[in-house]
Amino acid sequence: MQPEQKSGITAPRKGWIQSVKDGFDGFSGRTGVREGSPWTGLGAVVEREFNDNLTSTRMRMLQALVFVTGFAAAYSAIGQIKDVVGEDPFVFLKIFTVSKEPLPSFLAFLGFLIPIVAITLGFDAVNGEFNRRTMSRILAQPIYRDALLVGKFLAGLATLAVFLVALWLFMMGLGILLLGLAPAGEEILRSVLFLIAAIAYGGVWLAIAILFSIVFRSTATSALASLSLWLLFAVFWPMIASMIAGVISPIDPFDPRTQIAAFDTQQSIERLSPNTLFAETAMALLNPSTRTFGLVMMSQLQGMVRGAPLPLGQSLLLIWPQLASLIAGLVLLFTLAYIAFQRQEVRA
Amino acid sequence: MTTPVIEAKALTKRYGSQVAVDRLDLTINKGEVFGLLGPNGAGKTTTILMILGLTEPTGGTIATVGFDPLHQPLEVKRRVGYLPDSVGFYDNMTGRDNLRYTARLGGIPRIAVDSRITTALERVDLVAAAERPVATYSRGMRQRLGIAEIIMRRVDVAILDEPTNGLDPQSTQEFLELIRSLKAEGMTVILSSHLLDLVQSICDRVALFSNGKIGVMGKVTDLMRDVLGATTVIQLDAEGFDTAKLEGIAGIERITRLADGSWRIDASRDVRGEVARRVIEAGANLERLSLGMATLQDVYTRFFEGKRHAA
Repeated sequence: MQPEQKSGITAPRKGWIQSVKDGFDGFSGRTGVREGSPWTGLGAVVEREFNDNLTSTRMRMLQALVFVTGFAAAYSAIGQIKDVVGEDPFVFLKIFTVSKEPLPSFLAFLGFLIPIVAITLGFDAVNGEFNRRTMSRILAQPIYRDALLVGKFLAGLATLAVFLVALWLFMMGLGILLLGLAPAGEEILRSVLFLIAAIAYGGVWLAIAILFSIVFRSTATSALASLSLWLLFAVFWPMIASMIAGVISPIDPFDPRTQIAAFDTQQSIERLSPNTLFAETAMALLNPSTRTFGLVMMSQLQGMVRGAPLPLGQSLLLIWPQLASLIAGLVLLFTLAYIAFQRQEVRA
Repeated sequence: MTTPVIEAKALTKRYGSQVAVDRLDLTINKGEVFGLLGPNGAGKTTTILMILGLTEPTGGTIATVGFDPLHQPLEVKRRVGYLPDSVGFYDNMTGRDNLRYTARLGGIPRIAVDSRITTALERVDLVAAAERPVATYSRGMRQRLGIAEIIMRRVDVAILDEPTNGLDPQSTQEFLELIRSLKAEGMTVILSSHLLDLVQSICDRVALFSNGKIGVMGKVTDLMRDVLGATTVIQLDAEGFDTAKLEGIAGIERITRLADGSWRIDASRDVRGEVARRVIEAGANLERLSLGMATLQDVYTRFFEGKRHAA
């Protein structure tokens, strides 16, 4: 007896990911359309991974570390701020940005630690499943690979969000307690936008970590690769950027325009780093008097009220490219991870 | 009536220039226990992955439970359960929670989940360990949890890849009982193994894999007749005997010397009476004349020996 064949009467639903995939399949020689929703089982994956993230020992250790450093940074910042209360309309936001020797500011800590948290969440996302030998069993369940990867990414992002929101609430509470002031409406708005930027920044590093967890079969290798990249961007990137800029646009000491060109080149290269993008975004949001990240000509300073804060809309306009680039980077890296995962053989 | 559950035609898989499965034709019927045999790297696991749609064939066609695993993988995977070689579970979760997770992935209705899990755990005798993290499970327990998953999902076809690898003899026997009970319920079972006695005792049909091709396929007894030409194996221990004296006995296919004064005789029928007579007539001491059935091991050895000689 011949099993009855479906003759393509039922039109399969095509999601955007499917459309993207079809595009890639086109040049890789694959044909045909998959039937059924790629999101089958997504909820279950997200729930399990989220649970796993929140209860794992390594996440608890990191959370403790970040809260302790956050507390230390904020506490020392508040000691500094108390002297200038009343002089600044955005005194509350200073908890994030002001630093007192020897501690760096809370913002600097975050720029440093968010990637570590994200890498911790993602470095063994895929190769860990292979090493535990759960991958082929899970993929043999009636779900698509899409659900597994997207579920892992969303669960990681949700964990990051929960973690950062808790940290944000902690800092706000600390500020209210120690400063004796309630944050103003715009301060809350700015810090919430900062929170969103921080999640996007974490998402970029999560996507990097997951990509490496697909590319490398050993969890140690993928962790080291992610950490090397993090070290590159956190420590060495400014040096590398100035070196490359020196080669691309050398400075002629008699032509001031070459100096401007060199600075522009260096800044463009620096902005390839998610760390720079995040630092600039955070600076404009938390320090409303930030007007530009580039050079300022004397002529532009005419009529400027020094130190006066910009309205929120103007600050947003200033960092819009940075924020958009962070999110675009996140999507791009995740897409790369997605393609790599789809093409991976189940066999080790 | 035989209904094909799996139909592969000219199925091919290449990894780069290496051919893992080479124009394979395979039909497996509903309700069968089918054994995929062969040395490691012969293409058994690759074939299984293509049946499930977990790996894309390079060429040829395959239909699993009437669906195309490449374009309708969800339909296929809903009806087929898979127990991979040395299966893994999430170690920090309990056995029951691991099953709950796959139940959710499989879309089993929430109200039915708990009772189905309990029934499945009872079948594989894991109820007592169900609330313990899988990290504390032995290898046999993990394999049984894998079977529990298949029972819970109520699939039509169960594919078991090297299911008894690394199990102690008692666990292996229990495992075989489980497979028999699955068959009794009408489930089609496909298992790959290189433990041949095991396959012989439970498989309806087997396929011998070699270099990505199926060398021979059929019922175990048929294979013995076809490959060995003999199904009776006699061991003869007789000191000071010359096997030339056995010439002329009808049915003896070949005589292999095992040690001094010890031989193995392959025959198409029971020739012990005549052999005993010849030994006594020759004045030798008859010490042993025992009858054993040919095993799949013999088929396997002979088949691959033949391959090597031909090569």
